Amino acid sequence: MPTLAPMIADNLLVEVDGAHHLIASLHRASGRTIFPARPDTDDRYEAVLLPCEGRLWSWTVQRFRPKSPPYAGAEAFEPYAVGYVQLDGALIVESRLVDVAFDGLRIDMPMRLVPLEFTLASGAVRTSFAFAPVEEAGR
Amino acid sequence: MSDVFIIGAGIHPFGRTPALSGLQQGVYAVRQALAQTGLGWSDIRFAFGGSDSAGNADTMVSELGLTGLPFINVANGCATGGSAMFGAYSTIKSGEFDLGIAVGFDKHPRGSFSPLPADWGLPDWYGETGLMLTTQFFAMKIQRYMATYGITPRTLGAVAEKAFANGVLADHAWRREAVDIDTILSSQMVSDPLTKFMFCSPGEGAVALVLASEKRARELGLPSVRLRAAAVRTRPPGSFEVFSPALDLDRGGSPTTVASRAAYEMAGIGPEDIDIAQLQDTETGAEIMHMAENGFCADGEQTAWIAEGRTRIDGTLPVNTDGGCLACGEPIGASGLRQVYENYVQLTGRAGRRQVPGDPRLGYSHVYGAPGVSAVAIVER
Repeated sequence: MPTLAPMIADNLLVEVDGAHHLIASLHRASGRTIFPARPDTDDRYEAVLLPCEGRLWSWTVQRFRPKSPPYAGAEAFEPYAVGYVQLDGALIVESRLVDVAFDGLRIDMPMRLVPLEFTLASGAVRTSFAFAPVEEAGR
Repeated sequence: MSDVFIIGAGIHPFGRTPALSGLQQGVYAVRQALAQTGLGWSDIRFAFGGSDSAGNADTMVSELGLTGLPFINVANGCATGGSAMFGAYSTIKSGEFDLGIAVGFDKHPRGSFSPLPADWGLPDWYGETGLMLTTQFFAMKIQRYMATYGITPRTLGAVAEKAFANGVLADHAWRREAVDIDTILSSQMVSDPLTKFMFCSPGEGAVALVLASEKRARELGLPSVRLRAAAVRTRPPGSFEVFSPALDLDRGGSPTTVASRAAYEMAGIGPEDIDIAQLQDTETGAEIMHMAENGFCADGEQTAWIAEGRTRIDGTLPVNTDGGCLACGEPIGASGLRQVYENYVQLTGRAGRRQVPGDPRLGYSHVYGAPGVSAVAIVER
């Protein structure tokens, strides 16, 4: 596996035994899971890893270049898909969606977390995250 | 405790006014409201006002007069106008003052809003990677809702078609031309399933309301409406809001369902009693979902309601009779007060070509904004 570019943020994404997971926080008192993760110093929470597979809960396509700031992507713009992915037992997480045609997006389709190479306007490359369709057997 | 009345209302037309700042449009709206009542600025005992990005409301006193009145600036996102009115309502209800003004104005540059993550308690990567757009939220909320309740793009289009048809009849609207449903459906896709004509645009405009105690309103004898309820609420657990990197699996209500219930309770009435409603329609999906969140219909009934024209000006529950945000644009600070302005004008029978027939008695208004705040007001003729 090729080496990943530096992470776009600390405490966001981690690789465990070849699979990538988002890092979240479990509120000890209520059992509620929070994403993005709280700072390590907040001892009301403990760090947990989110499941790396889930089902698409909703989606859209970003068809115009977002304003900068806050958007830090390249000037040249290609529309991209965005969705919420339901991770059972944890949360519904917002993410870019990759490796899928826009007209192939369906609510409830199985999705898996993948690292996403993200090029900043400066040309620097960072690693962010996305969800991609789970390749089903026989297809 | 006094009942509270709206006894006058002024508006600076929405849209683009290069010659005037947002503040100047606010002053224009205040002067128009005062002229309508015959009162002078020196009669006004207090004011609440605000804008999201057009400056400090209280600096208006340099143009309106240095009377020394308390003037409280309100900054509450899309609910700024609704919150200004809530402040004025509470002040009169408490008996502290008997005559005041709520004013909201704004002036936004073209294009989408460009929020900064840190202002919303979010990490930079959320904005940097292109996830922090209000348009995406609206699109994904209605996408899920359509799949769950079998609503089709044609219903989305019909809502926009109605908005532009109503805007033609409203002097203060920005978009004054009718747009047919096929043009709406086939216009440029912005955030699937929402096309360009299904979204409102940030714009400019201002609204001022004059509020009075029951005693003062009676003495003045002006056309007036009684504020039966004014409620501002933030989000409950499990809601789905703008700028949410994650949602709870246990789905819950929304700030709108909470504010709506509180308002009905304050007024002692139910949604079936309402004659006319102004609902936040940042895009057409929002109007559809807010019909249910405010209790007017069950989830999924919108398809039939809209196909039957029930929300048109001549329908059983006219919704967004001045074309709403879709036709008027969204100057954040003014938008919620425009809805109350429209109900005031309709209930006092002065809405001209867009007048709802049958002497409407109860008007409902609802504004929603990031990061999960809704304001509801109910007025009665």
